[in-house]
Amino acid sequence: MSTATASLPNTVPAWDLPSRGKVAMAGLIIAESAIFTIFIVAYLFYLGKAITGPTPREVLETPIFYTICLLSSSLTIHLAAKFLARGITFAFLGFWLLTIALGGLFLCGTAQEWHRVIYEHGLTISTNLFGTTYYSLVGLHGFHVTAGLIMLTIVAVFGLSGRVGVEQSGHIEVLSMYWHFVDAVWVVVFTVVYVLGL
Amino acid sequence: MARNSGVKNGRKEMSARRTKSVLSRGWQIVLLPFWSTSALWAVGPDGTPSNGTNIFSPASTPAKSIADLSIFVLVITGIIFVVVFALLFYSVVKFRMRAMDAGREPAQVYGSTQIELAWTIIPTLIVVVLFLATARVIHAVQDAPEPSDAVEVTVIGHQYWWEFRYPKLGIVTANELHIPVSNPSHPTPTFLQLLSVDTDHSFWAPELAGKTDLIPNHPNRMWVDPQRTGVFLGQCAQYCGTQHAKMLLRISVDGPEDFANWVRAQQRPGVEDAGAIAGRRVFERNACMNCHAVGGTPADGRFGPDLTHLMSRTTIAAGAAENTRDNLRLWIQNPSAIKPGSLMPAMKLNVADLDAVVSYMQTLH
Amino acid sequence: MSSNVITVSVGQTDAKPWVDELHQWLATVDHKRLGILYIVSALMFLVIGGVEALIIRIQLMHSHNNFVSPEVFNRMFTMHGTTMIFFVAMPVLFGFANYLVPLMIGARDMAFPRLNAFSFWLSFFGALLLYFSFLGGSGLYGAGNAPDVGWWSYAPLGAQAFSPGHSSDYWTLSLLVSGFGSIGTAINIIATILCLRCPGMKLNRMPLFAWLNLVMAGMVLIAITPLSAAQIMLLIDRYLGGHFFDTQAGGSAVLWMHFFWIFGHPEVYVLIIPCFAFMSEIIPVFSRKPIFGYPVMVAATVCIAFVSMSVWAHHMFTIGMNSYANSFFTLTTMVVGVPTGIKIFNWIGTMWGGRIQFKTPMLFSIGFLFQFLIAGLTGIMMAASPFDWQLSLSYFVVAHFHYVIVGGILFALFGAFYYWYPKMTGRMLSESLGKWHFWLFLIGFHLTFDVMHVPGILGMPRRIYTYEPSRGWDTLNFIISIGAFIQALAILVFVANLIVSYFKGDKAGNDPWDAWTLEWSVSSPPPAYNFATVPTVASRRPLWDHKHPEDPDSRYE
Repeated sequence: MSTATASLPNTVPAWDLPSRGKVAMAGLIIAESAIFTIFIVAYLFYLGKAITGPTPREVLETPIFYTICLLSSSLTIHLAAKFLARGITFAFLGFWLLTIALGGLFLCGTAQEWHRVIYEHGLTISTNLFGTTYYSLVGLHGFHVTAGLIMLTIVAVFGLSGRVGVEQSGHIEVLSMYWHFVDAVWVVVFTVVYVLGL
Repeated sequence: MARNSGVKNGRKEMSARRTKSVLSRGWQIVLLPFWSTSALWAVGPDGTPSNGTNIFSPASTPAKSIADLSIFVLVITGIIFVVVFALLFYSVVKFRMRAMDAGREPAQVYGSTQIELAWTIIPTLIVVVLFLATARVIHAVQDAPEPSDAVEVTVIGHQYWWEFRYPKLGIVTANELHIPVSNPSHPTPTFLQLLSVDTDHSFWAPELAGKTDLIPNHPNRMWVDPQRTGVFLGQCAQYCGTQHAKMLLRISVDGPEDFANWVRAQQRPGVEDAGAIAGRRVFERNACMNCHAVGGTPADGRFGPDLTHLMSRTTIAAGAAENTRDNLRLWIQNPSAIKPGSLMPAMKLNVADLDAVVSYMQTLH
Repeated sequence: MSSNVITVSVGQTDAKPWVDELHQWLATVDHKRLGILYIVSALMFLVIGGVEALIIRIQLMHSHNNFVSPEVFNRMFTMHGTTMIFFVAMPVLFGFANYLVPLMIGARDMAFPRLNAFSFWLSFFGALLLYFSFLGGSGLYGAGNAPDVGWWSYAPLGAQAFSPGHSSDYWTLSLLVSGFGSIGTAINIIATILCLRCPGMKLNRMPLFAWLNLVMAGMVLIAITPLSAAQIMLLIDRYLGGHFFDTQAGGSAVLWMHFFWIFGHPEVYVLIIPCFAFMSEIIPVFSRKPIFGYPVMVAATVCIAFVSMSVWAHHMFTIGMNSYANSFFTLTTMVVGVPTGIKIFNWIGTMWGGRIQFKTPMLFSIGFLFQFLIAGLTGIMMAASPFDWQLSLSYFVVAHFHYVIVGGILFALFGAFYYWYPKMTGRMLSESLGKWHFWLFLIGFHLTFDVMHVPGILGMPRRIYTYEPSRGWDTLNFIISIGAFIQALAILVFVANLIVSYFKGDKAGNDPWDAWTLEWSVSSPPPAYNFATVPTVASRRPLWDHKHPEDPDSRYE
């Protein structure tokens, strides 16, 4: 059924609503932010409260290089999305693969750090309060990086087989929103763990 | 457009419902004093009249301040209820559809800014008044300074019993608290520090004070200054496990002489009765002394209640049973018969040992 | 309950049509069917949770009763609370939102139909996981039975040390899984409302139902997730040796409380706001007037959503926060009462000057108004933290929140059932059975929950499997239990009504209530595609404009 509108017969008012992919991803980001906030609150609350075992200062080394990797991957994914929007798929693919490489490097860095902390300092998730909060927070973030990398790789596979074009540009933007979120979370985690916590 | 024809029934139903609701609330208001005083007739197991657990029969300053504030809050919320209910009742009765209205819609009113402002501002003012009245009581109760001569008790919550220590007096006891009565003109309050060894508990003796939780790794503090002697009842109020329901509190508020006598009796080491030596051997050779302590003997376990002056208590198992020979015997033989889920294991003693150890327990005055 | 799908048989016999029907239901992504799946599964768990409540009430009928052991009792109140909040209230409200939001905004489905289905099944399997706990252990008394830690699982009671076996894990995992389902549905609702409204339906022309569900969905995003985070931390504690809530290692039991209640308080607003939505649709139609103060209703709801994120520690007044913290939460809790009260006044303002029809949906709505008023006032009492030091953790609180949940939420839900059942099934629910349902339930409700305030005042704590005869609580508990059985009887009448009316109810037609929102413009039940042509609207009440072309709302908005 339609109701008679008050406008003239030939003018239809523009009806532009936001894209549902972007709105949904924004919702997901809000929800995930709340989860991370709780883990960060726990981390900050428990700083200095562990009754035994290694302290952050004894164990942590600031991961500057890997942070730069992850943060630059935000730039590369942004460029990839821009190129795709203009239909330049070759450049899109290049920057997309670079994003995956940088994200992968970041994960390697985390793995390296954990290896060192476990084997040289004996800090595990069950050692003390610091171990619990550290591995949980960094691990939760790493999990989200991993999930993102999986999605990026799937897109890369489609891209390499020629199935990603300018029509998929909206989807790519939504995915890159997620990746930016993961990077933004790292900025906060980095500050909390390696700057405030040391 | 068809309208329903059940209007007449609707009118009767609505006024019947309104009348019923008014009546039921009226009865509650009338009966409340009865309910509140009925508990006062209760008598404890040792014959002394116990007080009830009615928050509107306060016997101590924290409980009194709370009761006074509560009456104030009740009056204000009562007025709000009467006003809003009257508006609801009126609109339901006055604006119900009548047969002659069929087919006509009433005036379509969309809102009114003045009315919205009015019923935003007035509640806000009420909130301010309520908050200020409340904040005063919060500070008065929570931030009360501790006088130097206050009796200090450390309350330690266990699954499912209360440990009471008087650090300044060198007393350790369990489940039944003795504190001195406080004269309002020269108060002698008791300050309680609240700790827990396992899960969360809550110390609630309604006629003495509001409840405060016992949380491990989070010491809390509360105080009472009971202004009449007698036994006050309460129980654990924070779900702590299977036998949360049977973690009862028995607080004896004693006159100055009685309190001094009680303290002296508790400070004595355990009675050494030569006739109970067999039972004492049973106690020390089985696992009893791993959990329980008896002053003046090698038994110094802290997991279970201190038994040095067990016979000074009127109940056992945190109030789950009266302190009689039969109950003691049953408790030691099979705690699950009295308090299933309590952490005391069935000791599986033979009959002779069981009787001997019960006799020993009964010498511990 | 099939939609008007035209099937063309291509020379096949009708072999096993019920299998096809079942498959359609299990594989559906249609928001209407998913809505009905949510609602039906919620009704199932309502009955199960109700049985658990009856077991509790029989045990408490008199002091020192032995109907069930303490272990079983503790499982009953844990399962009752968990079931009712997570597997009755949330699903049924998501169900109504799912069914009605697209129809009310002139859309053909939700924004993400497959996510919709996934979210429902996550929620349903979460419930099954919780109930599997009864079986998944060593029988009734072994570790690994149904959880018995209360629906908050306070630390350290939920730790391995105090809850060995797997019962706590079923609680944790089922809530984690269904929590993700809730987040999915919330994202879907937000995307649907923001992105799929029909032309002309600006945000300030949406039905209040859509607005309030939008606010609810936004709250779900930031309220459920703290619980998910806390559950993950609990699992880390229980299985990876973590120390988040391990007080022996310096962990904090209070931190769990903060995390839980940062979820728990907004959660109750998540539950009540859709019920406000029901009231905001039903009361105007049966008063024959538009909602009084539409913009204020939206603003008040948004205000409630924000303020409700700042009140959580009023559940923690007894844990020993300092006087400044207690004062702060007292203030915010009282403040949140202001916009809530405004909404009650606006509903009364809607009825004022109207022509009220006392059909069953309206009876339940009036019950809602009366009971929600009282519930709000007992809430204000407990907002005064010293008063709460007495009332907290007692049966006064239990009475208060059941007043909100049963007297408020369930009454509003019953109203919604009677109002929208015709749209969903094409049949009217029986008015006479409806009135029996209403009166029986009203009597049982008040008998139970009015009286229940008194044992709380007389010192009866909650979550106790029995109580001492000398406390003077026997008679009161007996009366409370009788009321519970009367409510159970009323529920049976309701279920009977749902079933009998499906087959024998009067045909409803498109618009049995002479209402004004878009769902009443399509057939009952609606076709799978909802609207033959996507409508265009010019006011908040498109059907009023259609029925009253001489006096359309669009002239006044």
